Amino acid sequence: MAYSATAESHDHHDHRPSGIWRWLSTTNHKDIGTLYLIFAGVMFFVGGSMAMVIRLELFKPGMQFVDPAFFNSMTTVHALAMIFGGVMPAWVGLANWMIPLQVGAPDMALPRMNNFSFWLLPFAFTLLLIGFFVPGGAPAGGWTLYPPLVLQGGDSFPLAVFAIHLMGASSIMGAINVIVTIMNMRAPGMTLLRMPLFVWTWLITAYLLIAVMPVLAGAVTMLLTDHFFGTSFFSASGGGDPVMFQHVFWFFGHPEVYILILPAFGVVSEVIPTFSRKPLFGYEAMVYATASIAFLSFIVWAHHMFTVGMPLAGELFFMLSTMLIAIPTGVKVFNWSATMWKGSLTFEPPMLFCLAFLFLFTIGGFSGLMLAIAPADFQYQDTYFVVAHFHYVLVPGSIFTIIAAVYYWLPKWTGHMYNMTLAKWHFWLSTIFVNVLFFPQHFLGLAGMPRRIPDYATQFADWNMVSSIGGFGFGLSQLLFPYIVIKCIRGGEKAAARVWEGAHGLEWELPSPTPYHTWETPPSIALIHKGGEHWTEDGDDA
Amino acid sequence: MNMKKLATAIATVTVALASPAAFAAWTLNMTPGITAISRRVYDLHMIMYWWCVAIAIFVFGWMIYSLVRFRKSQGAVPDTKLVHNTKAEIIWTVLPVLILIIMAVPATRTLIETDDASKSELTIRITGYQWKWGYQYVDSGVEVLSTLDHASNAARQLGSGIDPTTVPDYLLNVDHPLVVPAGVKVRLLISAQDVIHSWWVPALAIKKDAIPGFVNEAWFKIDTDKTGLYRGQCAELCGRDHGFMPIVIDVRSKADFEAWLKTQQAMQRPADPAAAAVATAGDAAAPTG
Amino acid sequence: MSQSHAPPDSSKYYLPHGTPWPIIGSVALFTTMLGVAAWLNEWFGPEMFALGLTLLAVMFVGWFRTVIGENQQGVYNLDVDRSFRMGMIWFIFSEVMFFAAFFGALFYSRTLSVPWIGGEGVKVFDKIFLWQNYDAAWPTNGPAHLGPRADGSFEVIPAFGVPALNTAILLTSGITVTIAHHALKAGNRTVLKVFLALTFLLGFLFVSLQAKEYGEAYMHKGLQLSTGIYGSTFFMLTGFHGLHVTIGAIMLTIIWLRTLRGHFTPTRHFGFEAVAWYWHFVDVVWLGLFIFVYWI
Ligand code: HEA
Ligand code: HEA
Ligand code: CUA
Ligand SMILES: [Cu+2]
Repeated sequence: MAYSATAESHDHHDHRPSGIWRWLSTTNHKDIGTLYLIFAGVMFFVGGSMAMVIRLELFKPGMQFVDPAFFNSMTTVHALAMIFGGVMPAWVGLANWMIPLQVGAPDMALPRMNNFSFWLLPFAFTLLLIGFFVPGGAPAGGWTLYPPLVLQGGDSFPLAVFAIHLMGASSIMGAINVIVTIMNMRAPGMTLLRMPLFVWTWLITAYLLIAVMPVLAGAVTMLLTDHFFGTSFFSASGGGDPVMFQHVFWFFGHPEVYILILPAFGVVSEVIPTFSRKPLFGYEAMVYATASIAFLSFIVWAHHMFTVGMPLAGELFFMLSTMLIAIPTGVKVFNWSATMWKGSLTFEPPMLFCLAFLFLFTIGGFSGLMLAIAPADFQYQDTYFVVAHFHYVLVPGSIFTIIAAVYYWLPKWTGHMYNMTLAKWHFWLSTIFVNVLFFPQHFLGLAGMPRRIPDYATQFADWNMVSSIGGFGFGLSQLLFPYIVIKCIRGGEKAAARVWEGAHGLEWELPSPTPYHTWETPPSIALIHKGGEHWTEDGDDA
Repeated sequence: MNMKKLATAIATVTVALASPAAFAAWTLNMTPGITAISRRVYDLHMIMYWWCVAIAIFVFGWMIYSLVRFRKSQGAVPDTKLVHNTKAEIIWTVLPVLILIIMAVPATRTLIETDDASKSELTIRITGYQWKWGYQYVDSGVEVLSTLDHASNAARQLGSGIDPTTVPDYLLNVDHPLVVPAGVKVRLLISAQDVIHSWWVPALAIKKDAIPGFVNEAWFKIDTDKTGLYRGQCAELCGRDHGFMPIVIDVRSKADFEAWLKTQQAMQRPADPAAAAVATAGDAAAPTG
Repeated sequence: MSQSHAPPDSSKYYLPHGTPWPIIGSVALFTTMLGVAAWLNEWFGPEMFALGLTLLAVMFVGWFRTVIGENQQGVYNLDVDRSFRMGMIWFIFSEVMFFAAFFGALFYSRTLSVPWIGGEGVKVFDKIFLWQNYDAAWPTNGPAHLGPRADGSFEVIPAFGVPALNTAILLTSGITVTIAHHALKAGNRTVLKVFLALTFLLGFLFVSLQAKEYGEAYMHKGLQLSTGIYGSTFFMLTGFHGLHVTIGAIMLTIIWLRTLRGHFTPTRHFGFEAVAWYWHFVDVVWLGLFIFVYWI
């Protein structure tokens, strides 16, 4: 794999088109990474605003502000925007930025397709959001799109289906690019087991994406034909079954939640060693644990369907297989703890967010394990206990680690340090409010409050008010984030190449900000060993 | 939200935390319910909960200890050679396996038990509609249609101006509850007409999806001393008024129940013998798990 | 965009600078999909859809021209070639998973939902209460006997008629494309051209026979997309497959035109191989279809 990069025109090397055309036509992994991250940020705010409508309506009992149908649209589009518009593009953006830097590649392997996979997304979300302005309103059947309900949707139904097709195409292309980059573009000497864990977790995530996004596309295609072309996949009168959709959907949906969290594991595995000034504990175990989680994620899907009336054998199988996921996930949590053990810890913002992740994701994992217990899930299913579970793994799980990743690599990207004090404020406010927001939802669920309802019995009033207050607090705290980032882009103290004292890895061998083109000649083996995953104090490779 | 509301909320929280007994609404936990199964489910939930607490104490304790003990500001020096420890790694792989096995045993037992609807003495058909519940006592043909009560329905309209706290059992009350006997094994056959609904009564620990075109089974046997009203809700998003199709069961003693059924039967049309035959046939063919 | 001035340097991984095609492609797909949605919703006719497709065609032609042109200039080294190959393999894998969703639907309905509706297994009450007059069987159009015929009957296409013939055709085309590949590697361009032409002709023959069968099913057999779960799974699986065969045959034709122009060398012919892989994939899917949809 001896090569280095060649570009179309060597005479004006750093030439890039200016203005909007630069961004529309770019094939540079850093530009595309930036586009992805900006898009993800925008969608986080769009989805978050919808969450604010939800929390506002649920602030107290009685219907205050919105119509129940609109409320359902808020819930549905909130989830779609957050998952497909917020978290997934954020991870792809980080992959674009970091994977070539971390494996010593000049760019992503397929740069034109890279541009395509990004630019499909704004169009996909335009299709989805147009739904708010057509007869019948935006999709309101929940992000899980269960038929027959979803087939009652208005004119936005085909728009949503096509939006999902486009998002799927985008994800598949993004995933192919990641796989090919990692498998084909690593610098000589960057063996698989020397790759940083962020690269590893993304590689496995990319396999998950390629395996399940087409299945989602197939599922929504069947919805489309059931609605418009008279097929009866999901209707018993023709021999189909509404529950069949749920199987197909969750065959996608469960791996999907690991798509949202595996790159997070990667980020945590980068940040914690850096701020513990100690190599990651159990590197290989981490790789195998990630792979095991990914494998298991294909055989547990029906734990979302314990109440649909599956045969007993099915319930048992899915209960037991789901419980198994706790083992590799536990290995990860323990390895992170062991990394901090006998370390030399400092608490910069990326580390703080990762620490919050450690505690709060684990809490979310515990509630996940409770949900896995089928007879108990009969009580939890479709209540706010589930809402609490998945927000614990998604918000302090995925979102916090995305924030951590940005705070970790931002000085590398921009060449400036950001305002640490404000970032710490961002951390403390987020961490406190996220618990005020989601912890009471455990109580609400156990006390019997169903999810996806715009109004509730008065006995649920108190915790809902607490949760809403937490929600507004959390939402407002997030305004700090773009402020800090934009200020950092505009200027600030000059960042060193190795931004953090304990940072190891190829990206830290490059200057900050990273030049537009990097690793045009691959890093030397010495450099790879120096910065590699297995570094030790005396510089050699353990 | 304005400051006044915020202040009120904070005050409410403080008061509530200070005197938990005074505020029944600050419910924290699941109901143990009114059947043997529901109590087993509750126990299962609590076992899981305490296991998680125990593991949390260990994991979080370990993390917090590290956070305090190994701070650079306190002069901690990293041990960069500590990247492996086979013994520790085996322990933290095997120990969770054991814990999971311990958890799985009672869970499996309970699951098998909830699945066995045989030998029931009364069969009720439940049908979900957008947005109400239909009940049919299969053997006697008595039918009940159950919708959100008028008071709640008036108050829940957007901008109704009615304060929900003044409505008794706001959103949890129906016009005609499902009347069931205590101490009798009742089989539920659950289905739906239009979209998927889910019939959920926490006190019974039963949540079963009502799926158009298919019939799901569930069963309960309520303790004889647990007569009274118990409430639940539709638990599967079923459209606009999903939040407004509650379930109320009115548990009566066996004698009271039979008397009620008689009067209903007299009021409605007489029993359909075909239905009864069908029900018996179903019982004979009932799967055992 | 800007043309290459530098002579190809095969020690370097070629990175393009800017490209207009993806954004055109995104606009094209957006237009197409909005157009279909508008058409389905009866907002207006298929004009926008057609516009989108046209734009999409422009994008494909333009994009591939660019890439083929670059390739002919020799700017792609073996690493780039390997990236393309890996990309194609994983793309095909994603297609496999797409078909897996529909095969899943077929297996689920055949082995679970249809028997359940007929009251088998755990769902005795389905029959007792909801579908008294239905006995589970396959093929079926469900308890409501959906479909175009008033009496609810329909006929299936027997496996050992045209479908078997089509199997033979596709398998043969798999062989011809392999012969073409060997010829290409051996530098025998006449054999290459002939067998490649045979391959796409067989492909189009398959498609036309399939189209005839569809006509038969729709007109005379009462078998349509709306013929219950059998019609749904039958047309969804064979339809998507047929679409893939059509695309594959078009790609083969393009590859053939390229060979006529003297493209591809015995050692470097990614475009050829990608299409050949795709063709084998389509072939294998057909075998699955033949067995599970037509035969058993
Ligand atoms: C990032 C996303 C994410 C992640 C990581 C998880 C992780 C897990 N989830 Fe979650 N889940 C969701 C997102 C996620 N989930 C979403 C979005 C839904 C709802 C979808 C919808 O309906 O809309 C959902 C719903 C959901 C359900 C269905 C609930 C219902 O609808 O009734 C279930 C049931 O089993 C479940 C289980 C689990 C389990 C067992 C894990 C495990 O992976 C957790 C493993 C982690 C730990 C256990 C903690 C750490 C381990 C240790 C410290 C070791 C020692 C521990 C033990 C031995 C116990 N999840
Ligand atoms: C990655 C995924 C993700 C993320 C990040 C979030 C983030 C949040 N979610 Fe989300 N949520 C889901 C995924 C996610 N959610 C899913 C999958 C569902 C299930 C949907 C379904 O049932 O179909 C769901 C459902 C769901 C519900 C249940 C709705 C229902 O059942 O009807 C609620 C209710 O509280 C909720 C709240 C929130 C809140 C308050 C946040 C907050 O973290 C958001 C914070 C962010 C902002 C607020 C934006 C930034 C700030 C501003 C725009 C400034 C303005 C702020 C103010 C005016 C205060 N979510
Ligand atoms: Cu009926 Cu929800
Ligand atoms: Cu899951």
